[in-house]
Amino acid sequence: MAKKLPEVDVVLVGLGWTGGILAKELTEAGHKVVALERGAMRSPGQDFSVPLIRDELRFSSRNDMTQNTTKDTLTIRNNPSQEALPMRRLGSFLPGEGVGGAGVHWNGVTWRWTDMEFKVRSIYEERYGKKYIPADMTIQDWGITYAELEPYYDKFEYCAGTSGKAGNLRGVIQPGGSPFEGPRAREYPLPPLNQSLAGDMFAEAARNAGLHPFPRPTSNASRAYTNPDGAKFGACQYCGFCERFGCEANAKGSPLITVIPIAMRNPNFELRTHAWVTKVLKDSSGKRVTGVTYTNTLNGEEFEQPAGLVVLCAYAINNVHLMLLSGISKPYDPVAQTGVVGKNYCYQTGAGATLFFEDKYFNPFMSTGGLSMGADDFNTNLEFDRAKYGYVGGCSLTGGGTNGRPIAYRPLPAGTPPWGKAWKTATAKWYNRAMSISTSGSVMANRYNCYDLDPTYRNAFGQPLMRMTFDYKENEHKASRHMAQVINDLAKSMNPTLMNPASARTDPWSVVPYQSTHNTGGLIMGTNPRDSAVNTQLQSWDCHNLFIMGACVFPHNAAYNPTGPVGALAYRAADTLKNQYLKNPGPLVSA
Amino acid sequence: MKDGNFDRREFLKSAIAGGAVAATTTASLPQTAHAAQQPAVTAIGTGYTFFNPDEAAFVEALVDHMIPADELTPKGTDLGLNIFIDRALAGSWGKGDRLYMQGPWKQGTPSQGYQLPLTPADLYHAGIAATNRYCVKTYGRVFDQISADQRQEVLAGLNAGKVNFDDGLAARVFFTTVYQNVMEGMFADPIYGGNKNKAGWKMIGFPGVIQVHAQNIVNYKNKKFPGEPTGIADMS
Repeated sequence: MAKKLPEVDVVLVGLGWTGGILAKELTEAGHKVVALERGAMRSPGQDFSVPLIRDELRFSSRNDMTQNTTKDTLTIRNNPSQEALPMRRLGSFLPGEGVGGAGVHWNGVTWRWTDMEFKVRSIYEERYGKKYIPADMTIQDWGITYAELEPYYDKFEYCAGTSGKAGNLRGVIQPGGSPFEGPRAREYPLPPLNQSLAGDMFAEAARNAGLHPFPRPTSNASRAYTNPDGAKFGACQYCGFCERFGCEANAKGSPLITVIPIAMRNPNFELRTHAWVTKVLKDSSGKRVTGVTYTNTLNGEEFEQPAGLVVLCAYAINNVHLMLLSGISKPYDPVAQTGVVGKNYCYQTGAGATLFFEDKYFNPFMSTGGLSMGADDFNTNLEFDRAKYGYVGGCSLTGGGTNGRPIAYRPLPAGTPPWGKAWKTATAKWYNRAMSISTSGSVMANRYNCYDLDPTYRNAFGQPLMRMTFDYKENEHKASRHMAQVINDLAKSMNPTLMNPASARTDPWSVVPYQSTHNTGGLIMGTNPRDSAVNTQLQSWDCHNLFIMGACVFPHNAAYNPTGPVGALAYRAADTLKNQYLKNPGPLVSA
Repeated sequence: MKDGNFDRREFLKSAIAGGAVAATTTASLPQTAHAAQQPAVTAIGTGYTFFNPDEAAFVEALVDHMIPADELTPKGTDLGLNIFIDRALAGSWGKGDRLYMQGPWKQGTPSQGYQLPLTPADLYHAGIAATNRYCVKTYGRVFDQISADQRQEVLAGLNAGKVNFDDGLAARVFFTTVYQNVMEGMFADPIYGGNKNKAGWKMIGFPGVIQVHAQNIVNYKNKKFPGEPTGIADMS
């Protein structure tokens, strides 16, 4: 029997970026907040110290910082006719665990998603006609606008120390930035990082091809920085140990060096680590939640923590899992197309080429998580005519790399023997003499890409694992084919000594190689409770004192990394909670 | 530490150096030149803690075949790749750390990833025995006693999925794991027993643990970055 604790104002499930933002904002507004984090505390000064942190084997090959699949994982299948099997070790994506969450070991790439995403169905229907969107593509408008989100993007970028160059200041296009971005009120808090040779060469080729290259915005501090809350950042050292690692220079925008320590100094805040939430509890009416149950994983003891407000702030996948386990809102059924929990799971596609130049030194180990040049002519550019290629969505081009860590990064021309003397010679020759051009592509929602509870496999708490059903559809194949062509044309124009050309990603999606930790959907936002789990304020349609953060609320996935809108939406939710909801609790949007 | 010889004093010194890694609390950077002058400290002994003698002979033959001595590096056993793999299998990774090990067990599709009911340690025991049985059946001798050409044939067959084991073990999964471990041993920090004298890093020009490149990314653009690499033990 769970021990019942005294009620608190707010319970946050998970303490990464979104939990950290809410913890800081709500405790400053005078509310008593308890955060329940399933993982352990981390100390940047200790846990990310050199040389300890510069260990590719431990932190990258063995995933020492990310979710431990021994205790909890997902089952995976490509389509409903397959039997789903457990993801027995991490591969394709790396959910965070522990205080700071994935916000500790992300690369830092910080985009502003635009109305190209938020009004996706309207824009495509207006431009290309209703028939252009395939019948099983379940995309829908989000119900929010870029203009509403702009102040919160700004707030997140200034919190996280984003380095970049504005391309559109209050509607005026700026040289050096992306002309396709939404208008921003002011510049980035920090200037762009110094580009690598690979970034320079890509940018020149892109310009020659008539594209609009720009430094990709990233929360790797290009110089020492103090954010508006007083959190201090060191300058990025281009160490090449960014994604999958903590930052020893305090140069990567992380909740662990910004919002979380500020919240922890506030007497209104309490953090409980090793606190694994197993269920969100409803009252008998089913219209309100009453708190959560959790297990102290240090001794197995169970608690009930009553709360006036519950906010799910875990990784996107784990928020959906908790909702399914709690029986709140109707699970999505892809056959009947009813229900909302688990709907519109999306991922990302991509393509990439490796270019070999025998007369260059790229020094791939001098890099950061977000160091590269981008081009969005085929992404956020409304004028790019998709009808020519027949797809919905976009692709963001990138030139340059994030690291040269040698267990995983050893570019070799196709056909090189996999071992022996020839392998050694080629590895030695090309390690420093290769660069890549790649793209990340959007994935549109599809009726059959979704989550539900697995009928067979269980986690360490005896609860069903969540089942992920996902594959790329023809729309994504078309986008990937187009991008492979664009990349190969650019690459050839650079006259490399050798090149491994890009090919379209058409195989079944595989859980094995790392692709991206950009899993979206499952608890999507929208304008009515029939087709969304939360309203545009991220409030549950069914239980008004339950709010949901993270990329699980995205109705589809863009080509961009998700953390920018994840942070902006959390800041917006904090304002809504402080200024509206907690003063007068109840549904914020009438259904 | 002398090659192949167990020296207790050296071992204790190394063990203390290893302990100091965990206890290091500051990120002070020693001078690169100073670090480069130090003899290579290897915080790991030789000798096996996981492989039995037959398995050790297999792994030694395998790493020496895959990483032969040439002007770039010494051969696999001289780089400690056999020791790296032995320690990995004896340790938490080999015992299934971070591996979901609940059944039921199904083969699944390649896109569903690893589905064997085996820890990496179990996989090596079964995989080495199965490869040796295949070699005896095909060439009349176990893997470490066949010719270099025959070894090449076996490894290429495993890599291409053309060699099948007689007991149902997935040969391709075994080889994929072995290949990954050989590459890890070649390029992981020397503190884990492989990449001895940072020879793998020197071979490609990877600078190792000291990575303070805010100025270097400007000054060494399109230039070779000089200097000897540094490992965890050099800074501990």
